[in-house]
Amino acid sequence: MIEFRQVTKRYDSDHTALRQVNFHLDRGELAFLTGHSGAGKSTLLKLLMVMERPSAGEVVVGGQMLNRLPRRQIPYIRRHIGVVFQNHQLLFDRTVFDNVAMPLEVMGASPRDMGRRVRAALDKVGLLSKEKMNPLQLSGGEQQRVGIARAVVNKPPLLLADEPTGNLDPKLSADIMNLFAQFSQVGVTVLIASHDLALINEMGRRTLTLDHGNLIAGGTPLQGGPSGR
Amino acid sequence: MHHRKVARDSAGRLWRTPVASLMTWAVMGVALALPVALLLLLTSLQGVSAGWESSARVTAYMDLDASLEQTRKLASEIASDGRVAELELVDRDRALAEFRASSGLDDALDYLEENPLPHTLLITPEENARSANGVAALVTFIESMDRVERVQVDLGWLQRLNAMTDLLARAVWALAILLAVAVVLVIGNTVRLSIESRRDEILVAKLVGGTDGFVRRPFLYTGAWFGLGGGIVAWVLLQLSLWWLNGPVERLAGLYRSNFSLNGLSIDGALALIIAAMLLGWLGAWVAVKRHLSDIEPGEIAGG
Repeated sequence: MIEFRQVTKRYDSDHTALRQVNFHLDRGELAFLTGHSGAGKSTLLKLLMVMERPSAGEVVVGGQMLNRLPRRQIPYIRRHIGVVFQNHQLLFDRTVFDNVAMPLEVMGASPRDMGRRVRAALDKVGLLSKEKMNPLQLSGGEQQRVGIARAVVNKPPLLLADEPTGNLDPKLSADIMNLFAQFSQVGVTVLIASHDLALINEMGRRTLTLDHGNLIAGGTPLQGGPSGR
Repeated sequence: MHHRKVARDSAGRLWRTPVASLMTWAVMGVALALPVALLLLLTSLQGVSAGWESSARVTAYMDLDASLEQTRKLASEIASDGRVAELELVDRDRALAEFRASSGLDDALDYLEENPLPHTLLITPEENARSANGVAALVTFIESMDRVERVQVDLGWLQRLNAMTDLLARAVWALAILLAVAVVLVIGNTVRLSIESRRDEILVAKLVGGTDGFVRRPFLYTGAWFGLGGGIVAWVLLQLSLWWLNGPVERLAGLYRSNFSLNGLSIDGALALIIAAMLLGWLGAWVAVKRHLSDIEPGEIAGG
């Protein structure tokens, strides 16, 4: 589902965020991405979202090579990637329903389809009763779950999360992690950037560890063969 | 489908900030009404000169001591010329009576011992002799005749009026272009502010896979709605000033015995004005969107 081949990202001559990173994640796999702050976690996620382009190497998502993707194709790639942010990026000028509906709206879904899928996503995160509320009226944990509902509403094959439990207490964090685990069980590839080591250890999943741009643990060695697999 | 929703949303946004929207509409309305008013005035003026062109008349004044008999003879001679369509003889007594009636100098005229006005021939040239050269030839012909004191053509001031309306037309178009540019800039700036205030929304839309077209759309509609409002304000301003000016203009035209009247905008004209305003608004929004939307990229959204 995701494959990094010798990926290097250099911002300028003296700042290299990622150095020759190799790994791949299979369909339905849930993995953590960890490392000290500034180790390159966000850069790695940005490369997957095509917010940044690698300086060298190849990033492949769902069989699509992102390096040479034309700019106008970027939105169509992003429609296949759900993203959850630490600060959830919700819009406070509209209801919970409208926030969750945004990925469907950009795709031009019909209102009936939209209603059905938004309610299914809200039901999944246990917020069906709050669809008409403004996100400001919700607690931090609830807001984060609205963000997750938005990320999964169009059933993307890949789900990325950047510090999704950063501001939450351990109980809420565990709830959210369980949600992610459920998504991976139905075939969604989930990559969670986090530095909450206690939680990561508790989950017992594969963990990619970055240190100063080098992937020091959890990576898969690049296997032989012309295709790179 | 999405278009209708976005159109409704952006109209709703303008509606929810009535004062700010009204100000923009007013600025646009004034900027549009001014050149359109001048254009209307211009077409009215061109209508006048067109009316006069067809009735270009040559006036021949006889010597004061030319008798009515002599004048009649001359008149029949001129009337028989092929270039003359119509000829009217105004004898001195009738001329004085008309002057008395129209000038209001009734009492002053009573002091005059004798009629100061000569016999006059009013000559309307034939259609094919109405060119500048044709009329000039006719004038030379009449001038050469006996007992004719002076020949006058109304064409002189007509040409000046034509030259003036031509000049005015250019000035009006230049002004119209300048004001159209101003409208585009005003809308561009307003839309730029609206882009700034909806930054988060744009970021999220881009993050969840909104295409450039999707992100651009609400702002283009906003520009078009500004244009619609501005066009309607302009139309109202035009109708109001027309209503306010019409009475005095009619009185003035009456004094000049002119059929001049101010033309308002026809339904088609009003529609064209509003559509042009919407296009300008859309264009302004497009300029702003083109310049500012690509600045908002979700690169900074995921922290360190």
